[in-house]
Amino acid sequence: MIQIINTGVANIRSLQAAFDRLGQAWNLTEDASEIENASHVVLPGVGAFAAAAESLDRLQLREAITKRLQDPSKSTLCICLGMQLLGDASEEAESAVGLSVIPQRIKRFDADVPVPQLGWNTVTPHNQNGAPYVTGEAYFANSFRLTQAPPADWGYAETEYGGTFVSSVWRGKTLACQFHPELSGQWGQQVLANWIAGNVIVGDAAQGGTNA
Amino acid sequence: MLKSRVIPCLDVNDGRVVKGVKFQNLRDAGDPVELSFHYEDQGADELVLLDVTATRQERIAMLETVEKVRRKLGIPLTVGGGIKTIDDAARLLNAGADKVSINSAAVRNPDLIADMAARFGAQCTVVAIDAKMTDGVFQVLTRSGTEAETLDAVKWSATAQQLGAGEILLTSFDRDGTRSGYDLPMLSAVTSACSLPVIASGGADSVAHMVEAFEHGAHAVLAASIFHDGNMTVAEVKTELAKQGISVRR
Repeated sequence: MIQIINTGVANIRSLQAAFDRLGQAWNLTEDASEIENASHVVLPGVGAFAAAAESLDRLQLREAITKRLQDPSKSTLCICLGMQLLGDASEEAESAVGLSVIPQRIKRFDADVPVPQLGWNTVTPHNQNGAPYVTGEAYFANSFRLTQAPPADWGYAETEYGGTFVSSVWRGKTLACQFHPELSGQWGQQVLANWIAGNVIVGDAAQGGTNA
Repeated sequence: MLKSRVIPCLDVNDGRVVKGVKFQNLRDAGDPVELSFHYEDQGADELVLLDVTATRQERIAMLETVEKVRRKLGIPLTVGGGIKTIDDAARLLNAGADKVSINSAAVRNPDLIADMAARFGAQCTVVAIDAKMTDGVFQVLTRSGTEAETLDAVKWSATAQQLGAGEILLTSFDRDGTRSGYDLPMLSAVTSACSLPVIASGGADSVAHMVEAFEHGAHAVLAASIFHDGNMTVAEVKTELAKQGISVRR
């Protein structure tokens, strides 16, 4: 059972439909012990950084999420704003505090590109070896992003939009995506399947990965 | 780099896809769920469902259509048509839309743009602008093109951006359904006045028309009849666009 954290500010129908298509049962939860202990947990994210950070405080979920992120045996997926919440803070809301798992401030795209970034862009693992997916096209809808490589124990992927930004990070069975795998067609569906399997490339894509 | 998008549009009336000319003479063009899946399979980058129904009962049917499409669809879904309030938008998002496009209601009440952006985010908030050339100005039309507003589409696009819109869906009433190509002067004027992604709509009949639109600043092109009539598949269109130097998702 995949536990989806109900921050109340995210539109998660598309994510639920994607899990349904993969034949995976899911449940919405606000329960701290469930979130700390479940095998698979998703921190979804559409909405504003401050509102999401506030809902983590209101539901008293910071400790539970931080604990499971330190546990390499637990599968955690952070999508879009969910990935940004891994940082210390964001330019979007100066006073709001992130989970500080990745010690960086989230920054807005520079003014020389249209903001938000809306559409499909290429996600390229910095090092294909050990990456939880192969290079692919993903759907993005974001105004803010991680700009620097994460600490050395994390793997990461990069994307070009007004310069290079970090579009995904992973460590153990944790995966964070600035893009929306649930809206990224067949490739995105494969990213979700790989995450469910423990951040390993499964099925047909394993073939593609070795050939690539 | 960000890809140029190709977006099939389904006009939906009481659970069926329809197509008209200049918003009139609607004819049946298929089942929205089947067509949506078919287009994703062909490589569509997104889908737009426009509710062209008039009655309250049919509006409820639209929510069911959105739910059914969502179950199958693994690409972004924008839904527009008849949205008057933030609760209307919330119902569509709950049914499975990823973005909601507002048109007449935004003209009546521009604060709706700011309210939607604050509650759902800019990336969710699409402002649809229908316009036609009148006395040298791109005049905004509302209520499916039946009412002319004293509003300049170019200025309105800039206002929508200031209020928090994330994307503009720009339809030329002069070109809609005519197969004579997108309204390039209008597209240039709007993409100069506003830095949001702009989806060009109305008039596409060929890949050449789409190339022109991208060259005039469009981030995405919307098309209906070219796909519904089976003239070209989305895959064929994208292959041809790539040959002509447009960066598309393959």
